[in-house]
Amino acid sequence: MSRKLRVLIAKPGLDGHDRGAKVLARAFRDEGYEVIYTGCHQTPEMIAAVAIQEDVDLVGLSCLSGAHNYLFPQVTRLLKEEGADDIVVMGGGIIPEQDHAALHEAGIAAIFGPGTPLDAITGWINDNVKPRD
Amino acid sequence: MFTPDLLDKSSQLRRKWEDEVKRTVEKHADQKESWTTLSDMDIKRLYGPEDIKDMDFARDIGYPGQFPYLRGNQVTGYRGKYWTFRMFSGMSTAVETNRRWHYLLQAGQTGLSTAFDFPTLMGYDTDSPRAKGECGKCGVAIDTIDDFQDLIQGIPLDKITTSMTINPPASVLWAMYIASAELQGVPLDKIGGTIQNDMLKEFIAQKTFMCPPDPSVKLISDTVEFGTHHVPKWNTISISGYHIREAGSTAVQELAFTLRDGMEYIEDATRRKGLHVDQFAQRLSFFFNAHIDFFEEIAKLRAARRIWARALKERYGAQDPRSLWMRFHTQTAGCSLTAQQPYNNVVRTAIEALAAVLGGTQSLHTNSLDEVFCLPSDSAVQIAIRTQQIIAEETGAANTIDPLAGSYFVESLTNQMEEAAWDYIHKIDDMGGMVKAIERGFPQMELSDAAYKFQRQIDSGEKTMVGINKYVEAEEQVNIPIVDIDESIEEEQLRRLAAVKRSRDSRYVAECLNDVLTVCKKGDNVMPTVIAAVKAHATVQEVCDVYREVYGEYRDPGIY
Repeated sequence: MSRKLRVLIAKPGLDGHDRGAKVLARAFRDEGYEVIYTGCHQTPEMIAAVAIQEDVDLVGLSCLSGAHNYLFPQVTRLLKEEGADDIVVMGGGIIPEQDHAALHEAGIAAIFGPGTPLDAITGWINDNVKPRD
Repeated sequence: MFTPDLLDKSSQLRRKWEDEVKRTVEKHADQKESWTTLSDMDIKRLYGPEDIKDMDFARDIGYPGQFPYLRGNQVTGYRGKYWTFRMFSGMSTAVETNRRWHYLLQAGQTGLSTAFDFPTLMGYDTDSPRAKGECGKCGVAIDTIDDFQDLIQGIPLDKITTSMTINPPASVLWAMYIASAELQGVPLDKIGGTIQNDMLKEFIAQKTFMCPPDPSVKLISDTVEFGTHHVPKWNTISISGYHIREAGSTAVQELAFTLRDGMEYIEDATRRKGLHVDQFAQRLSFFFNAHIDFFEEIAKLRAARRIWARALKERYGAQDPRSLWMRFHTQTAGCSLTAQQPYNNVVRTAIEALAAVLGGTQSLHTNSLDEVFCLPSDSAVQIAIRTQQIIAEETGAANTIDPLAGSYFVESLTNQMEEAAWDYIHKIDDMGGMVKAIERGFPQMELSDAAYKFQRQIDSGEKTMVGINKYVEAEEQVNIPIVDIDESIEEEQLRRLAAVKRSRDSRYVAECLNDVLTVCKKGDNVMPTVIAAVKAHATVQEVCDVYREVYGEYRDPGIY
């Protein structure tokens, strides 16, 4: 039997809107994942460091301040620099449609907006993210 | 409330009605078994005299302008003056926000309300590494008094009141306002406005924090004390339930935590500053959410006024009637809006705004339909402000004071909300107050539980959100113009900040900041030294760094 999926939920930047991040953290715990939630106000460097130290399979970034175009690609860039770009990174929050393409290009595997059911997110994860060896 | 004879007749008629209900339901079952408010309070099929029979008219209801102020503070209601149409706005640079303000004033808005960007909210300057990517995104960027001067260009500070949604650096932004008034030649006893300055709800819900809870409350008491003596028309704290609700609380939690926060501020200012409650209580204002469950919201707002009046009188011994008034601003619920079928948001906002008005709000912000996507566009803001004008001037909702008073249902629900709120308030008293409860993670956990439960109810279809889990449009094409904040704003702001730093007298700035440090260490009131520092062009972060140095930094414990 494969080990449990390890997930880091992180809020990059100065944004404090953590309702979505916390609801997801609980939903993931109920789904049987191991969840790490590091709270608000994390820098991309802090997030990448925790992801690597904790050996996670997936990083879920949440941002509702509008700073996603800078912050999300920073996280994927730092993970790549550390040779950890096999960690899947997904994002959520207030992310306008027009920004999606550039974020996908920067390595954000999926983006979930307001109104997404929890099952849609866990469904996507179960289909797309496997525990890393 | 009622004569025994009336109650007797009512109970006979009720039994007859109940029998008919029973027969009807046996043939045609109700659409669903349980009927609850949005916050899961059970609602009966019908309310009658027996539901409010224990109320005492004079003790529990009364008249406007009379204890317990259930029916409002103002004896003339909205006839003398409608609520203040106060739209929250702020974006990119101070110059751009000033342009929006003039647009809003020309559109009939009667008060200003400022949204700051995240670096400003958190006490960082635009040139801090922590600020990268955030400049001007969800509010206006203010680094120095020079930006502040641009923000208020052409706004007469003795005529227009301005609300500033600012928390950890509230003392600094308020100092900029005070210094600007002095520069405009407006005496401090003539300026009016509000700083949000409510840190307790930041730890509970909004998560914009800097220093730990206790020194955060100390800084707030400094502003209360300074306002009491020097800026008597200023609302020094806007005790806010809005963010608590947006973070997922129930209506009762919003009510209870907000009022308990208010009590904490009263207790701190009287204990730490030796002020008498009547010296400052009338400058405390409140800020509530108007969510989509119409009657629950009306009951919540009515209950809030009565609880506050009772608490001030009975717990804190206030004598001045104005100390007992709960004055509040309301904003419609951002979290009730949907990105799906976004034009439905206009309808939601209108209903929520009507609830706020029927609940007796003194000031109102109506959300724009596009706020699920971005900062609101001019045309979306126009619909939002017109919504208020339609309610005020077309619907007749403002004709008479507290029109739902005496409704068996509304009075009963109001009582239920008050009772449930007191239970929470006493529970927090038993923990040693709100700072202690926050340190234990109690309100944070209550919110997490409620938010998760609600999301599960939406996912299971137990609760409905149109466009999200019911009446969903397949292949929906949303065509909402997106307001985009140009990335070049950050460079422009960095240039402005660098120019100020070059041209100011650095040695004098350092002296001023050292004065702030000395005062912080001594535990004295920071306001005079902070006003001097911002006049010398010290930045928001430079002052906040002094606070961080003396009081320490608070880190989000990440409770979920």
